[in-house]
Amino acid sequence: MAEDIALMAHLMRRAGFGATREELEERAEKGYDATVEELLAPDSVVGADRYEFLRYHPSFWKPITSPGMGAAAWVHNLMNTERVLEEKMVLFWHQVFATGGSKLDHWHEMVNQVDMFRQYGMGNYRELLVQLAKNPAMIYWLDNCDNHVYAVNENWGRELLELFSMGVGNYTEDDVRECSRAFTGWTIAASLPRNAHGRYDWEFEYQDEDHDEGEKTFLGHTGNFNGEDIIDIVCAQPATANFIARHLYNFFVADEPQVPAWLDTPPRDPEAIETLAKAFVDSGYEMTETLRVLLKSDFFKEARFAKIKSPAEVMVGTLRMVGGYKFPAPGIGNLSKEAGYMGQELLNPPSVEGWHTGAEWINSGTLMKRINFVADRIGDTSKPGVRAIVNRLKARGDLEPEAFVDACLDLMGPMIVDGDNRRQLVTHARETGTLTWMDDAQASARVGEMLQLVVSLREYQYA
Amino acid sequence: MTTNKKDPVLVVLQLSGGNDYLNTVIPYTDPLYKDNRPTVGIADEEIIRINDELGFHPSMRVMQEIFDRGELAVIHGVGYPDSPRSHFRSMDIWHTCEPDKVGTEGWLGLAARDIDPRKENVVTTVSMGPSMFRAVSVPGVPVAAVDGLDSYGLLTGISSEEQRLKILDRFTQMYTPTIGSGAVMEFLGETGLEAMQGADILKVAPGMYSSSIEYADTPIARKLKDVARIHLADLGTRIFYCDYGSFDSHANQVGMHAGLWSDVSAAVGDFFADLKEHDAADNVIMIMFSEFGRRVRDNGSGTDHGAAGAAFALGEPVKGGFYGEYPSRKAEDLSQGDLAPNLDFRGFYATVLEDWMGLDAKPIVKGEFEKPKFL
Repeated sequence: MAEDIALMAHLMRRAGFGATREELEERAEKGYDATVEELLAPDSVVGADRYEFLRYHPSFWKPITSPGMGAAAWVHNLMNTERVLEEKMVLFWHQVFATGGSKLDHWHEMVNQVDMFRQYGMGNYRELLVQLAKNPAMIYWLDNCDNHVYAVNENWGRELLELFSMGVGNYTEDDVRECSRAFTGWTIAASLPRNAHGRYDWEFEYQDEDHDEGEKTFLGHTGNFNGEDIIDIVCAQPATANFIARHLYNFFVADEPQVPAWLDTPPRDPEAIETLAKAFVDSGYEMTETLRVLLKSDFFKEARFAKIKSPAEVMVGTLRMVGGYKFPAPGIGNLSKEAGYMGQELLNPPSVEGWHTGAEWINSGTLMKRINFVADRIGDTSKPGVRAIVNRLKARGDLEPEAFVDACLDLMGPMIVDGDNRRQLVTHARETGTLTWMDDAQASARVGEMLQLVVSLREYQYA
Repeated sequence: MTTNKKDPVLVVLQLSGGNDYLNTVIPYTDPLYKDNRPTVGIADEEIIRINDELGFHPSMRVMQEIFDRGELAVIHGVGYPDSPRSHFRSMDIWHTCEPDKVGTEGWLGLAARDIDPRKENVVTTVSMGPSMFRAVSVPGVPVAAVDGLDSYGLLTGISSEEQRLKILDRFTQMYTPTIGSGAVMEFLGETGLEAMQGADILKVAPGMYSSSIEYADTPIARKLKDVARIHLADLGTRIFYCDYGSFDSHANQVGMHAGLWSDVSAAVGDFFADLKEHDAADNVIMIMFSEFGRRVRDNGSGTDHGAAGAAFALGEPVKGGFYGEYPSRKAEDLSQGDLAPNLDFRGFYATVLEDWMGLDAKPIVKGEFEKPKFL
């Protein structure tokens, strides 16, 4: 049972944002494969209610140039949806197809893009790329609105190949040019100028008269290609399957070097990449099928604590664990900025390469923010999730220092902490002796303090 | 430039949101100013006249005093070609010196790396506020992000100080890198200790500070007071970064802009008075900038996003006065209704980096640009 719980906790950290002990027990009861199937079928449970959010935060409706509430709407999804893998995939695609709100200065379009990832992110990758190519936020971000039959702009054409599908080294400069020509005329309709009150809605428009109808030669194929033809050719490249496999591995399984290094740094587990790439190709680029293979594989199950949590995972995981954030309460705008303080400003990645992940999340400033954010919340024993942990400890009766420490480590993960660091925790617990429940408030405070120490551990920074 | 051996210190005050250049440094003799500003224009008799052509906004009385002391340089027409007129993109450009592509390395992060390549002082850079400004962030360069000096530190949520110290002691033990725990665990250990150490260094500052200056109760005054306390504690901090705003005066500009500048002027005046009182002003300069100026013609309530702005440099080492040329307000000279920049902001940075910080500016600002000679 303990092993089942540990495995389930791993699955829920990676394919979701963590889970309470109650939920882990229920899921362990159902079984691992059944849980994976449930995660892969998001329609079976409810998502977050955007309209409930809007009811309490009407100013979010079309936030135009105001970024704060823009991320708040998404954070409401992240905190409340039961379709956790679906939402995790939104985060995944936001990292891979990194679009920066800073350039758009039009946050509603960013939210629309994220909503599009929610709709298509677990479906077919080819369809997703078509949606991406038609997404106004992306068109503006990578200047495809400036890509004309008489003056080609290669920004989107290049990044489609370099960062969204194949990776550098798998195409020539001529391919970039031809690819860009095929996407001429894919633009934003009626791009009206800003007025004092913000911006107009953006809509995709295909402008036939601005499309280059000439013959193009792309990756060895020749024809009068349009954008969708290019996407078909791109999807059929082995490099694309490999590229998506590496991204999935880096996001779900274990930290890898950053994307620009992929050309000359082999994957840490080449067999795993091969397995994922094969699943991707065999299924006709179905993300759900590829994820099924990933989540059921041994390499996934064995990769416990092989990743540094992203700031979004720290923020959302903590808020879901301590609970009490179901209601779209005031303050959610500020709360949604916390991941940004830790180095991951949602809806505004630093560049089209996305965030640098793994150990690169960490510097002295962001590490302090992480620790303080989690410790401040886990130390609040009035929060329902923390209360539940206290009650579970209480149910075990009086606890000797070692048992107290082990129980906390268990309930916060289960985490694997041994050697010196466990000894430090035990030494700390010994100072106050056996945990007894005669004075409930005092005992709760001791638990809160021990939990704060646990979340300050280096080990807690791993997912 | 001063001749003493104290290390030069730079304080950046970012005026976020797009400060209205025309109503800050007012070309009051130009009839086009009045023509274009029927709603937000400042009445002649209120303008603080600095010379025959230019005056300051009425809220800038303290700035005038600093100017009169010869310690305020006003740099005209600062910007860069093809301003995107987006707050966030513009700010990115100012932070990374990359107007043509999206950059990720902040100019002051690179400067800090040159100042302290071996990371001997983890508080070489202090960024005031909850988030780290992109200007100071470069991977591997330590920055202390201080959101209120009095409450700065690890695990400050623990209310009993005695208990907190005990926990921090455990923290130190738990973060001491152990051999063989793996590269990432060791890196986490070092970084955690760095964070602790930074907080430890900074926490002495409030206790060492006493001053006759009473700062106002505004966010910018609190930030600059924290800067003063850290500087006066002599902890080796060379770069401070803070911001104030929002200057995004699309609507109801008159009261809003006046309020912002009276806050800034008061805080800046108190800050320099504080340093002077402690004989610690001779190695500090402050620069101020905004991501863009605002539209020449007002919109009936405020002004929209523009292009060229004014930058400022203040402090005893600064050679006060006006630098460069105020961009023309004539309709035919405007760029889409905005003042056209005539001085690249990277030249302004280069003056600060080379003639104040003593660094090679070229690799930081990515090129050579005309330098205004205010130092």
